Amino acid sequence: MKKGTLKQILLITDGCSNKGEDPAGVAALAYEQGITVNVIGILENNQSEDVGGLKEVEDIALSGGGVSQIVYPEILSQTVQMVTRQAMTQTIQGFVNKELKQILGSNQSIENIDPEKRGEIMEVVEDLGESSDLEVVVLVDTSASMHDKLPTVKESLIDLSISLNSRIGKNRFCIFSFPGKRKDIQKILDWSPQLNSISEVFPKLTSGGITPTGPALREAMYQFSKKSLLRSLRNESADVEEFGY
Amino acid sequence: MRAQTWKNSGIDLKPGTKITGKWYKNQYLIRGKLGKGAIGTVYLCESGGKLAALKISDKGTSMTVEVNVLKSLGQVQGTRLGPYLLDVDDWVSPNGTTYSFYVMEYLKGESLSLFVKNNGNVWIGVFLLQLLEDLEQLHQSGWVFGDLKLDNLIVLSSPTRIRWVDVGGTTQTGRAIKEYTEFYDRGYWGLGTRKAEPSYDLFSLVMVFLHLYYPQRFERTTQSEKLLFKKIDQVKQLQPYRNPLKKAIAGKYRTSSEMKNDVLQIVYQSQNKSRLKKKGNQKISNIPFYIEMGGISIVAIGFYILSLIF
Ligand SMILES: Nc1ncnc2c1ncn2[C@@H]1O[C@H](COP(=O)(O)OP(=O)(O)O)[C@@H](O)[C@H]1O
Repeated sequence: MKKGTLKQILLITDGCSNKGEDPAGVAALAYEQGITVNVIGILENNQSEDVGGLKEVEDIALSGGGVSQIVYPEILSQTVQMVTRQAMTQTIQGFVNKELKQILGSNQSIENIDPEKRGEIMEVVEDLGESSDLEVVVLVDTSASMHDKLPTVKESLIDLSISLNSRIGKNRFCIFSFPGKRKDIQKILDWSPQLNSISEVFPKLTSGGITPTGPALREAMYQFSKKSLLRSLRNESADVEEFGY
Repeated sequence: MRAQTWKNSGIDLKPGTKITGKWYKNQYLIRGKLGKGAIGTVYLCESGGKLAALKISDKGTSMTVEVNVLKSLGQVQGTRLGPYLLDVDDWVSPNGTTYSFYVMEYLKGESLSLFVKNNGNVWIGVFLLQLLEDLEQLHQSGWVFGDLKLDNLIVLSSPTRIRWVDVGGTTQTGRAIKEYTEFYDRGYWGLGTRKAEPSYDLFSLVMVFLHLYYPQRFERTTQSEKLLFKKIDQVKQLQPYRNPLKKAIAGKYRTSSEMKNDVLQIVYQSQNKSRLKKKGNQKISNIPFYIEMGGISIVAIGFYILSLIF
């Protein structure tokens, strides 16, 4: 079975954007180009789970075809890797669903197939999730309010690479922080299969009060190879073939 | 891998609810709740006069993955590697929502902590051997349990046998562990990868017994291995087995049978020593220790053999 490469942006933030274009719009644009956008919103320990300011987190992930989760810092590690894995399954399932519709008719999806066949399909989805290559651009909000949370973010990213590198498929990560000094985003780590090295490079400094989430997402999108960016939704069937159908 | 805040499937079935499968039309009468996890809720149910456990959830994908595992474990001959799978179907609730459910053998028992509290520490050796034996079979059939933890173990009676439930973390060898709990996860302690291999389960197995004696658990430090060794040493009840337990933490065992042999060896040796003691060859100062060891080994071997027969 030929395997494809899944592309994800993982945005870790603690609040609302306040500068530049609408992040949900940029996420939709990324999704159109085969990039899934996942968002993790970190709460303060004394903050309740249903704060309005974090609604943006859900919106970005929805338009980005990804998964979002709002968490307290203690369970960040588990959440980061769960969100990533879930989004992978979701993307693959999307491809598979599309294929099913072509074979079985437009109103077919995994849910309205009998449990027996559903099991066989999920096996294929799992196989692909395990063996696909994965590229993740991690985008960390380093605005002032994130200061205390950055050590936890760093730990959870190392933990993420432990999980993903236990898979059969290959992984590449790169990390950016935003806002950057003069630009929208700042490179922390270039494409690399491991994240162990981030201990030394992870930013200790935090910047002021602006949070240009939209522009940062756009920059993150450009980090994927040119080839994948040229691919539009129209020829996404090429992706499906890459997955071996 | 389950975050506590993950939105839980909001399903709550009252006793007396009748569930009819959408595809295969089998009927189940809900009798009560057995437990709730992140993926779904497990109910005691009745069908054709027989009791069974029914797990129901709105997370169709995760449920399908679990069913696949239960199915392939069911194909391993004559084993008790997972609850026996009876039915898989969907249920359309009165308000129109579709849920996935599966029905499995009902395992009636009590928690490991409660059992050991009521029946004494002699059972530690027995359960260690029983679990190692089940793990050996599981590993030989190409699977790794993954999410081995106190919550996922049930002690059945007559004969006393420890069994695991919840195959949500059970992963094919060589892949990435599907689901884990931090305290039991060697990756969290910085002591290994999350690749599904026998040594992953053996690490968790030791953590099961540590959790039993440290109900509040404990925090990790930078020197994890040292800390875990110290925690093992500090539990009197684990003393006899401290060497194999430490080897498992250090990832020195490649298979469960290697560890099982070491544990059996300890059990046999202590039995021999207790015999010698009866002949009067022991130094007085050692007597209390050997009496304790002798007690452990005789009961352990007895029940271990019993569990092989049943
Ligand atoms: N076959 C069974 N027989 C008896 N009790 C069960 C059975 N399966 C699960 N349970 C109980 O239900 C609880 C939750 O089930 P579990 O499968 O662990 O859910 P989840 O996978 O969502 O965490 C278990 O901890 C156990 O107490």
